Amino acid sequence: MRHGPCEGRPVPFLQRSDLCLVVCGSLLSCADRPREVAPAPGPQQGATTVHEPEKLVSVESAHLDSLGKPVRVRCATCHAIRDAGVFPESTDGLREFHAGLVVKHGPLSCGSCHVLLSGGEPTLHLSDGTHLMTQDTMRLCAQCHGPKFRDYSHGTHGGMTGYWDLSKGSRTRNHCVDCHDPHSPAFAPSRPVLPPRDRFLPSAHERSERSHG
Amino acid sequence: MDKTKRRTLKVLGGTLGATAFAYALEPLTAWTKEQSLDEFLQRHYKELSKSELEAVLRRIEQKTRETYGVDVHVTDLHPQEGVEFGYALNLSVCIGCRKCAEACHKENNHDRATNNSYIRVLEMDQGTFDLEKGTTTYDHAVPAPGKYYLPVQCQQCDNAPCVKVCPVQATWKERDGIVVVDYNWCIGCRYCEAACPYHARRFNWQKPQVPAAELNPDQGYLSNRVRPQGVVEKCTFCLHRTRAGRLPACLEACPTGARVFGNLLDPDSEIRWVLANKRVFVLKEELGTRPRFFYFFDT
Repeated sequence: MRHGPCEGRPVPFLQRSDLCLVVCGSLLSCADRPREVAPAPGPQQGATTVHEPEKLVSVESAHLDSLGKPVRVRCATCHAIRDAGVFPESTDGLREFHAGLVVKHGPLSCGSCHVLLSGGEPTLHLSDGTHLMTQDTMRLCAQCHGPKFRDYSHGTHGGMTGYWDLSKGSRTRNHCVDCHDPHSPAFAPSRPVLPPRDRFLPSAHERSERSHG
Repeated sequence: MDKTKRRTLKVLGGTLGATAFAYALEPLTAWTKEQSLDEFLQRHYKELSKSELEAVLRRIEQKTRETYGVDVHVTDLHPQEGVEFGYALNLSVCIGCRKCAEACHKENNHDRATNNSYIRVLEMDQGTFDLEKGTTTYDHAVPAPGKYYLPVQCQQCDNAPCVKVCPVQATWKERDGIVVVDYNWCIGCRYCEAACPYHARRFNWQKPQVPAAELNPDQGYLSNRVRPQGVVEKCTFCLHRTRAGRLPACLEACPTGARVFGNLLDPDSEIRWVLANKRVFVLKEELGTRPRFFYFFDT
């Protein structure tokens, strides 16, 4: 192509300045939209409450309600009007009430945690003899399970629901007794849910069929 | 120039021209019946103006209403100032029940037939740490003796290989640490799926099938809205929940409290306590991906 002076050439459809505008315009439209940023978390508004399981103030009875769930009886229903007497040596001694209770909690016996008072709600006691209401059970658990209670206090054991950001809402923590039966606290094995159905992995059912066939 | 040569050149030129034209129009063949013109012409998420984005969100809601007969709310929540998310998981208390995977399945409108979830729980032999030897299809009472359980989901890497390989920048890292996908910009090449060392990305071979009654109406543009066919998806730490201050669905579902979530920039957060007081580690540290997902055993 010949490099000649511009004079005498037909005027191009777009002048150079127009081209610049077009290029700049298209570059601008391609640039990232400046993302808005939501404000930082404010001061704490929400509260952290610990769920209170029914188990703390009532026991299951042998009767079922219309939904097939065991009817719960408040401890005070019996304990407010009759003296519990003395603790049996083992759960085998429980014939009339609390029959069938399974205790698998190390070497602990009834008196390790429970205290018998005539009349009123049954209470618990700490190792130093201080009486506790059953609602304060976590203090009792904590005196033996220190590291677990430390982890719980820092939100790394026991789970929670609600808000991580307490400036936006509240949070509910589980109680020790929500997950662990204090009489046999080991977490019972359970069946896993939602087996994955990966496209290339045979299901457990197919695998068992293949190994039998 | 003789006439034969001239004709040959004409035909050749014509053929080349027609081919080039057809090639230029080729993207149109990817235009399916399901896709509206607006959707086809929609620009990248980051390029959408406020009003355009608003229109897109309303269009998705409208489309969901037409398809499922359900009113859903699609939001586009922004990252928060002074917030960077981190997640930690206590392997000593995880029992492998897969409740987290189930919660993810429901929260994120996953395909029901494939039991899809962003979380894979590996059953591992105690004393080993070879991820390749973990099994995900275990189907017996858990925790099984001699085993431990390792849930794996997107590690929200700061140096994310999946982001680097995307040829169209349809996936990127947000300022609060979450790696997101613009499902409308993804071309479904699955490079990111191949690049991820944690197997955290999923490809929608089909449009996810979710019964209308089970559709989660709380949806995010970059997270759990119903994905189209042929795009890649991944865990977003439930950003439609977490950017509103709520906890992720998998954490709320965990029956043992193995999961810890929070703001890494808040020195009083639970996640910071874990980082300071537990011996945390990350998966495949040697790859230099710098995950934001930490694991620890109780000590």
